[in-house]
Amino acid sequence: MKLTIQVNEGPYQHQASDSAYHFTKAALEKGHEIFRVFFYHDGVNNGTRLTTPPQDDRNVVNRWSELSKEHDLDLVICVAAAQRRGIVDDGEAERNGKDATNIADGFRISGLGQLIEGAVQSDRLVVFGD
Amino acid sequence: MAEDIKKLMYVNRRAPYGTIYAWESLEVVLIGAAFDQDVSLAFMDDGVYQLMKGQNTEAAGMKNFSPTYSALGDYEVTKIYVEKESLEERGLTLDDLQHLVWEDEDDDWAERDSIHLVSRAELADVMAEHDMMFNF
Repeated sequence: MKLTIQVNEGPYQHQASDSAYHFTKAALEKGHEIFRVFFYHDGVNNGTRLTTPPQDDRNVVNRWSELSKEHDLDLVICVAAAQRRGIVDDGEAERNGKDATNIADGFRISGLGQLIEGAVQSDRLVVFGD
Repeated sequence: MAEDIKKLMYVNRRAPYGTIYAWESLEVVLIGAAFDQDVSLAFMDDGVYQLMKGQNTEAAGMKNFSPTYSALGDYEVTKIYVEKESLEERGLTLDDLQHLVWEDEDDDWAERDSIHLVSRAELADVMAEHDMMFNF
């Protein structure tokens, strides 16, 4: 089955990203196709490489980056949500005159159309959040 | 492409300003309109407050995005389902909500009501007819 995953909440504050990660990993292991993982609302905060959790805790951001590398996962951060919350890649830094970037490996910033496309192209849209 | 048209429903369950979900849901709806899909909106639970008329956010210092709902008809978003029980539980009636309309090009641009008042059971049936649910 072809799936698009939507993550609506940030890391650590809320379990949504953990659940989405475990679900995505399990789906891939079962042979399902993940068309895209789309991060929206505070979910965009899953894509900052500046996250530094305590060493005895899971690293939510790195876990997504590693899963992306392993399975060529498309991790998309919503640009409008990212701009509000300060998630920045090179293009956004240049466009908006910011002095730094913080996007993590494997993530990219793009538009909401990517979420709609995911819903249209996939068999299921699985949403994690409240 | 006709085979790529899906029935999408956006479900709005939260009050408009306490969290950003309502506004960021509306942003998805507006962007999604460009995809020529078969779109409906549902408002239930505290989500019915999003459609209240006469919203004034000045004291809260928030952006009042409620006028945007009246533009939905121009985006060909013409099916808006409001759950009757959610209104009643909050002491509201349809008269408390904005009067949202769309223009029917097949009938000399006659104005038609966008809002359909449905019971909880009816809304469940409407939801079941959709391919994809966006839940906000």
